[in-house]
This record gives sequence, structure tokens and C-alpha cells, in this order.
Amino acid sequence: MSKVESFQAHHFDDVEQQHEASWLGMWVFLATEVMFFGGMFAGYFVYRHWYLQAFAEASNHLDVLLGGINTAVLICSSFTMALGVHCAAANKRTALIVFLVLTMVLGTVFLGIKFFEYHSKFVEHLVPGSAFAFPGLFERQAEIFFSFYFAMTGMHAVHMIIGIGLLTALVLKAKRARFSAAYHTPVELTGLYWHFVDIVWIFLFPLLYLLGRHL
Amino acid sequence: MKSEPHVSRRTYALVFLALLVLTGLTTAIAFLDLGGSINTMVALAIAVGKALLVILYFMHVRYSDRLTWVFAAAGFFWLLILIGGTMDDVLTRPSLSANTESASTQSQPR
Repeated sequence: MSKVESFQAHHFDDVEQQHEASWLGMWVFLATEVMFFGGMFAGYFVYRHWYLQAFAEASNHLDVLLGGINTAVLICSSFTMALGVHCAAANKRTALIVFLVLTMVLGTVFLGIKFFEYHSKFVEHLVPGSAFAFPGLFERQAEIFFSFYFAMTGMHAVHMIIGIGLLTALVLKAKRARFSAAYHTPVELTGLYWHFVDIVWIFLFPLLYLLGRHL
Repeated sequence: MKSEPHVSRRTYALVFLALLVLTGLTTAIAFLDLGGSINTMVALAIAVGKALLVILYFMHVRYSDRLTWVFAAAGFFWLLILIGGTMDDVLTRPSLSANTESASTQSQPR
């Protein structure tokens, strides 16, 4: 029987069991997230198969440079998040706070670039709705592409905003020295969430931005 | 997951660099016409590779117990059923897809 720590909830035998329950619970949640985004990806693949030409042309109206920069920004933020978890496990409180704040800054940069991209889509009449206009034969089909674009990147952005909220809570807790090498499960699980959101973007970038570049 | 995995900062840095290189690679390859659906296959293969790097190293799955492997794989296994089960229907309906294709070139249905 290991000694009872202050952060151990009474319904767990020991801290190891408590940690494993949280860890596996987070993976179950991420599996539901895979299914959530999976539905949109499945829909995307169906319409892309039906309207391949239109999807490729519509895709070329996205800014591949901004999309690529955003991919790099998110990968950097995953790197700083991983280092944050690393510092939490090593009991380095200041470094943990620095990496959490860096992750938040990078997440905000991503959202800023995304906002700029959305804005140009409004200006260019590429937002689905009554004002939508697309040159060529495939206006309706291109509108479907942009519906997928806004739904998928929009839900991704919502996840980013939630992630930045979680990181804010972690920074406040870390400042109050709530985490230690023995207990930093929230940092670890928020890391899993953040990396998952990064993975979603890793698939969104080629499927939305790079689809028709070779044409 | 029994104990905290010790992943060195060097490992994180190497994975980080690999992810950036693969992002550049997938962007560069997208501008080449490889013909047919090979562009898509390559893009998806690189994306899967990047996702695996993130899952195995940043998310510590490589250093976790088998139960974690099962939990992490379950979501993607069902994703495969979701997309595979949908696409095996869509891809094996030549007449229907021919109809939608011709409709898309002739008119602009509202």
C-alpha cells in the first residue's frame, strides 16, 4: 500500500490507479473526437470523389502559403507543449509556465492567421450563402467545398480556442504551484488534447489546401 | 502507463524537425503532377506518418502500456470503418457517379 498523497481522490486505491484512470479516460475522449471529425472527413471524401474537378479548382483559391505557415506554427506549438509536459515532470515550474505561455501564443498566432484567411474569403465572395460567387462551371460544387472548408477549419478553430482556455487554467494553477513531478496529470492530458488538435490540422492542410496544386 | 516516460529533449527536437521537413515535403510534392490519384495517396501517406510521429512521441504512446495502445488505436480503427465503409459504396457505383459527373458539367444545379 503506497502512501496517500494530498492530490489523491478517495475513490482510488493509489495515485498510480488515479493517474491511469485519467490517462485512459482522456484517450477514450480523444477516440470520440476522432469520430466527431471523422464524420466530416468521410463527407469530404464522398463529395470530393463526386466533384473532384470542382474541389481541386476551389482548393486553389485557398492561400497555400498561409496554410503552410499555420501548419508550421501548430507543429511549433505541439513542440512547446511537449516540452511543457517534460518540464512539469521534471519539477521545473518556471520553465513549465514559459512553455505553456509559448504554446498559447503560438495557438493565438494560428487563430490570427486563420481570422485573416476567413476575412479574405468574405471579401472574395467565397463564403457559402447568397453572396457566394465562383468563376467557371462549378459554382455550386465549389460552394460545397467551401462549406466543408468552413465547417472543418471552423470546428478545428473552436478546438484551438478551448485548448487556449485550458492552457490559461494550467498557467494559473502552475503559478500557484499546484503541479509537481508527482502530480501534473492536467498538464499531461491537456498536452494530449493539444497534440490531437494538431493531428487534425495535419490532415486538413493537405486535403483542403494542397488538393489541386498540381493542376 | 506505469511511470513517467523519460523522453529526452533531443528526441522531441528530432521529431519536431521531422514534422517540419515532412510539411515542406508534402507542400512541394503537391505542386508536381504525379498522375491519377497518386498525389492524394502521397499526401495522405505523409499525413499519416506525421500523425504517427505526434502520437508515438509527443503523446508518449510509444512508451505506454498495451492498454493505451488499444485505446489509442480504437478511435482510428472505427474511423477506418467509417470512411472505408462509406467509400466502398461510393466508389463502386459507376452509374450514379457518372450521372452526378454529367450533371455537374451540363448545368449548375441549385
